Amino acid sequence: MRRLWPPVAATVFALTLWQAVVWLTAVPHFILPGPARVASALSGNAALLLHQAGFTMANLAMGLSAGVAFGILSALNLAMSPGARLFLRPLMVFAQAVPVFALAPIVTLWLGYGAPSKVVMVALVTYFPITSALFDGLMRLPPTLDDLARQMQATPLRRLLLLQLPHALPALGSGLRLAAVQAPFAVIIAEWVGASRGLGHLMLISNGRGQTDLMFAALFVLAGLSLGLFWLADRLARHWDRA
Amino acid sequence: MSGAALHIRGDLRLGGRTLCPALDLTCPGGAWTVLLGPSGVGKSTLARLMAGLPGPAHLTGAITASDGAPPEGRVTLMAQSDQLLPSASVLDNVTLGARLRGQRPDHARALDLLERVGLEGLAHRRPATLSGGQRQRVALARSLIEARTIVVMDEPFSALDAATRAAMQDLAARLLQGRTVILITHDPLEAARLAHQAHLMRGDGLHPLPLPATPPPRALSDPATLTAQADLYARLMQGAA
Repeated sequence: MRRLWPPVAATVFALTLWQAVVWLTAVPHFILPGPARVASALSGNAALLLHQAGFTMANLAMGLSAGVAFGILSALNLAMSPGARLFLRPLMVFAQAVPVFALAPIVTLWLGYGAPSKVVMVALVTYFPITSALFDGLMRLPPTLDDLARQMQATPLRRLLLLQLPHALPALGSGLRLAAVQAPFAVIIAEWVGASRGLGHLMLISNGRGQTDLMFAALFVLAGLSLGLFWLADRLARHWDRA
Repeated sequence: MSGAALHIRGDLRLGGRTLCPALDLTCPGGAWTVLLGPSGVGKSTLARLMAGLPGPAHLTGAITASDGAPPEGRVTLMAQSDQLLPSASVLDNVTLGARLRGQRPDHARALDLLERVGLEGLAHRRPATLSGGQRQRVALARSLIEARTIVVMDEPFSALDAATRAAMQDLAARLLQGRTVILITHDPLEAARLAHQAHLMRGDGLHPLPLPATPPPRALSDPATLTAQADLYARLMQGAA
């Protein structure tokens, strides 16, 4: 109970402040709807919001899975092969310097308005933090374990899987937390650029129709989704920290 | 299991500097050679060279074995840190060598060794749940299963409390019988208890140290052990002054 009251108090304070601003400035509700209006938009459009959130969630899950899977494979490959490091590292640094969000229009142009462009955007955005965090972790085997591997004449693959990978799991966890934060940005931007469904699409539509309360409601659902995703990633990462 | 003698000859150099000149050390087969000395003189560096591990230092001469075959692959190093994998069970830590080489781990032998180091029943525990002494026992079992005939120990017991350390010394002396052991230590009592021969390693070279005539492991209660300890202390402090 003690740990619960600070966030509750902070939420009450924020809502009060919000409502006070709405009352004091008498701002029109299509510019800034009050908390009560947003709450009623939330409950009145619950089915619509959940339906759209489902599409966004599915794209997030697929994109994140693909990004994490490819990221892990790339990091393992880079750690195993000095040739791959020599050749791929500069490419990766360059690719990381490109703001991936700027690719959204191109990805949408190539893959269309459907789910594939969203999945690819999320995968692209999550791929880099996963790859670079895990790769760094894999390359930072403590010298004492490196000695052990040499003395026991470990094969490179066994060294990677039995010594480097377990040691790099906390680093992979950090990468996963970062990826979980970035992924919702990617999916929303992809939905803004061009989509026929999803929370980002709903926000654009309601904005165009002056339904600012619905737009805020979608924003809250998105925030909840992002928090849930981060919570999941954090749970998994904590498990790896302990391993 | 009988170990070959190990010869170490040359200057131990780091960068352009000589850490220890004119080494000419023969570690007899099947016996314990103890190197005592102040920090920074290159004892651990020499241990790494003997174990064939890369490092910044090098030897102008060579390390050879008495049977003519190269020492590589026959030397195992036990360090102060037990180097146990936290995510693996005790049993999996003991069989790590085989697993790293892609061989089938010999669980029966590993369990037998765990029993011999006094850890029966703990095979499936994680290292984090063990005491410091128990962890070093696991490391000892992991060294023993490798069947290397030359064992280099770099202060393996220095982080343990006095009673645990004494117990580990007895255990190591018993289980490593027949192997060629080079023990690096700061502890004069450890040297007095375990050494067949002992040397003081200093910036000006190796100096042989006197030891009791009785064979190791020498009892803690033996006055000769304690006299030797006092004498080794005096010589160490002479060097430090």
